[in-house]
Amino acid sequence: MIPLSWLIGLSAIVFTIGVVGVLVRRNALVIFMSIELMLNAANLAFVAFASEMKSLDGQVFVFFVMTVAAAEVAIGLAIIVHLFRLRETVFVDEIHLLKG
Amino acid sequence: MRLPLLWIIPALPLAAVLLNLLLGDRLGKRGTALLACGSVIAAFGFALRAVLHLAGLPEAERHLIEFAWTWMRVGDFSADVSFLLDPLSAVMVLVVTGVGSLIHVYATGYMSHDPSFRRFFLYLNLFMFAMLTLVLADNYLLLFVGWEGVGLCSYLLIGFWYERPSAAEAGKKAFIVNRIGDFGFMLGAFMLVAATGSLNFDRVFAAAPHVFATGGAAITLTALLMFLGATGKSAQIPLFTWLPDAMEGPTPVSALIHAATMVTAGVYMLARSHVLFEMSPAAMEVVAVIGAATALMAATIGLAQNDIKRVLAYSTVSQLGYMFMACGVGAFGAGIFHVMTHAFFKALLFLGAGSVIHALSDEQDMRRMGGLAPKLPWTHATMLVATLAIAGVPLFSGFFSKDEILADAFASGHYGIWAVGIVGAALTAFYMTRLYVLTFCGAPRLTHEAEHHLHESPPSMIAPLVVLAVLSFIGGYVGMPFQEGGHAFARWLRPVMEAGEVVVPHHELSHGAEWALLAVSVVVALIGIGGALQAYLVVPGIATSLRERFGGLHRLLEHKYWVDEVYDAFVVRPFMAASQWLWRVWDSLVVDGLVNGVGYTLELGSGMLKLVQTGFVGTYALWIALGVIALVLHFTR
Repeated sequence: MIPLSWLIGLSAIVFTIGVVGVLVRRNALVIFMSIELMLNAANLAFVAFASEMKSLDGQVFVFFVMTVAAAEVAIGLAIIVHLFRLRETVFVDEIHLLKG
Repeated sequence: MRLPLLWIIPALPLAAVLLNLLLGDRLGKRGTALLACGSVIAAFGFALRAVLHLAGLPEAERHLIEFAWTWMRVGDFSADVSFLLDPLSAVMVLVVTGVGSLIHVYATGYMSHDPSFRRFFLYLNLFMFAMLTLVLADNYLLLFVGWEGVGLCSYLLIGFWYERPSAAEAGKKAFIVNRIGDFGFMLGAFMLVAATGSLNFDRVFAAAPHVFATGGAAITLTALLMFLGATGKSAQIPLFTWLPDAMEGPTPVSALIHAATMVTAGVYMLARSHVLFEMSPAAMEVVAVIGAATALMAATIGLAQNDIKRVLAYSTVSQLGYMFMACGVGAFGAGIFHVMTHAFFKALLFLGAGSVIHALSDEQDMRRMGGLAPKLPWTHATMLVATLAIAGVPLFSGFFSKDEILADAFASGHYGIWAVGIVGAALTAFYMTRLYVLTFCGAPRLTHEAEHHLHESPPSMIAPLVVLAVLSFIGGYVGMPFQEGGHAFARWLRPVMEAGEVVVPHHELSHGAEWALLAVSVVVALIGIGGALQAYLVVPGIATSLRERFGGLHRLLEHKYWVDEVYDAFVVRPFMAASQWLWRVWDSLVVDGLVNGVGYTLELGSGMLKLVQTGFVGTYALWIALGVIALVLHFTR
C-alpha cells in the first residue's frame, strides 16, 4: 500500500506543473493540456482520499470531473480552432486586443 | 335642479379648445368659428341660468358652492377644485361670458383674412376657460390657476403675430412684468396659508379676524403683497408698462383681454379679498393712492399719443386706476360697478378702433385718419356712444360708475384723491374727444392706399358693436344714484360686501352734497370735451401752438414720462448684467467646473487603472494564481 502522503505529494507536483504550464507557455494547446494536468491532479487527490477514507464519494466526484473536463475540451478545442482560423496563430501573447 | 351646474361654464370653452386641437384643420374656417363662438355663447347661457337661479334665492343664501373634486390634501391643508357663485362672481361671470361672446363673434369677422384663424380661436377659448376659472374659483389656489392661465393666454395672444419682433417682445414683456406681480400674489397666499391654514375664501375670511390683528403688520404685508399681484395683472404703477405694449396683439384681444376682462382680475381679487383689505387701513391707503396716481399719470400720457390703440391702452390703465381708487377708499362695490361699465364701453372702443383699423387696411396712426364719420356710419355712431360713456356725460353708463367712485372718495374724506380723480376725469374727456375728433371729424388725412380700400366692416363686426353700444348706454342704470338703501347694483352686491368683521363705516352724503359733486363731475367732463373740440376741431391751430409752447412737457408725455427708459436703465440692464455675471462666472466657471471636474477626476483615475488590463491571458492567469496563493496562505496561517 502506497502511503497517502506520496499520492498527495504526486498530485501537488502534477498540479504545480499544470499551473506553471498555464503561466509560462505561449501555445494555447499546451496551456490547454496544462489545465488537463491540473484537473487530473485534482482527480488523483480525490481517489487517494477516497481510498484512504473508505468512501465512494471521492470516486463519484472523479467521474463528474472527467465528464466536465471532456465537455470543456470539446468547447475549448473548438474555440482554439476558431481562433486559429481568425488570427492564424495559437500563441496567446499575440492575442491581446482586450487591453485598456 | 338644486345646483346650477357651475362647472360646465368653464368646461365649455375648454371642450372647444380640445375639439379644436383634435379636429384641427378638418373643421374649416366656418367650423372653427362656430365651435369657438358657440361654446362661449353656450357658456353665457349657462351662466345666465345660474345667475337667475342665484337671484331667485333669498339674499342671505346667495352663496352657492359646487364641489368638483379634491385637488390635493397635504396634512391639514387641502385644496379643492370647487366653484363659487355669489353676487360678485355672478357679475364677473356674466361680464366675461357676455362681452366675451360678443368679441368672439366680432373676431370671426376681424380675423377672417388671417392664416392662423384656428390658432387664434384656440387661444381665445383657452383664455375664456382660464378667466372663468378665475372668477368662479372658491379658493385662492384655483383662482391662481386661472390667474396664471389668463397670463399665459395674454402672452400667447400679444405675441400672436410672432413673426413681428415687436409683438414677440411685447408678449415677453407682458409675461415677465406679470411674473413680478404673481410673485407678490404667491407670497401673499403663503402668508394666508401660514396664518389661517387654508386658502378657501370662506375659511380664510372667517379665520382672518382671529389670527390677524386689525391694522397689524402681518395683515398689512399680506394685503400689500396681494395688491402687488393686482398691480401686475391690472397694470397699475409700478407694473403698468406692459399694457400699452400689449396692443401689438390683434384688436379683439386688446378688447377682450386687455380692456374688458383679464386686466380687471386684479380689481376682482381685491373686491373678493375685501375682508382682508378692510383690516388694514394702511394697505387701503396705498391702494387708493396708487390707483389715483395711475389714473392721473396714464390719463396725461393718453393726451399725447398718436396711435389710436395706445390712447385706448392708456385710457384703460387710467380707468383701472379709478377702480383701484374705489377699492382703496372702501367702495369695492363701486369698483366692481366700474369694472362692468368699463367692460362695456372700453370693449366697444377697442372693437370700434379695430373696425377703423380694419377699414383703413391696418392704419393705426390717428394723424393719418380723420373725416371717417360718413364712410363708417355704424362704427362712428357706436364709437360716439362709447366716447360719451367714458367721458362721463350724464345718462351714459360711465357717468354713473365714475361719479359713484368720486362721490365715495369724497364721502370717505379722501379729498386729495377726489381732486386727482376730478382732474383725471377732465383729462379722460379731453383725450377721448381728441381721439374721436382726430378719427371721425375734420378733413380726411388718409394715405392714398387706405382711401382706396376704405369700407365699412361686415355685419359680424357691426352687430357686436351695436349690442355693446346699447349696453354702454343703459349699463349704468342699475346704479342710479339717490336711492334709499343704495342702488340696485349695490343691493345686489351687499351679501358679499357686508361679510367680514371689520366693515368700513358707510359714509352717507347729504343729497345736496351729492348733487354738488355730480355737478362738478359733469362740468369737468364738459370742460374736457369742450377743450378738445376747441383745440382739434374748431381752431385746429391751438393744439399745434400749445404743443410748441410746452414742447418739453409734450415730449415728456409723448415719451410716457420715460418710464420704460428708466426701468430699462435701473432694472432691466442691472438685471441683465447680473444675469450675465451669473452665467459667465457662476454657471460657466463654478457649476460647469464642478461637473466637469468630477468627469476629469474619474477619467484620470480610470486612466491609471486601465493599465492593469494588458490583454495578455497569461497575466490574468498569473493574477488568479497569485490570488489563490494569497488566499491559501491567509486561511492556512
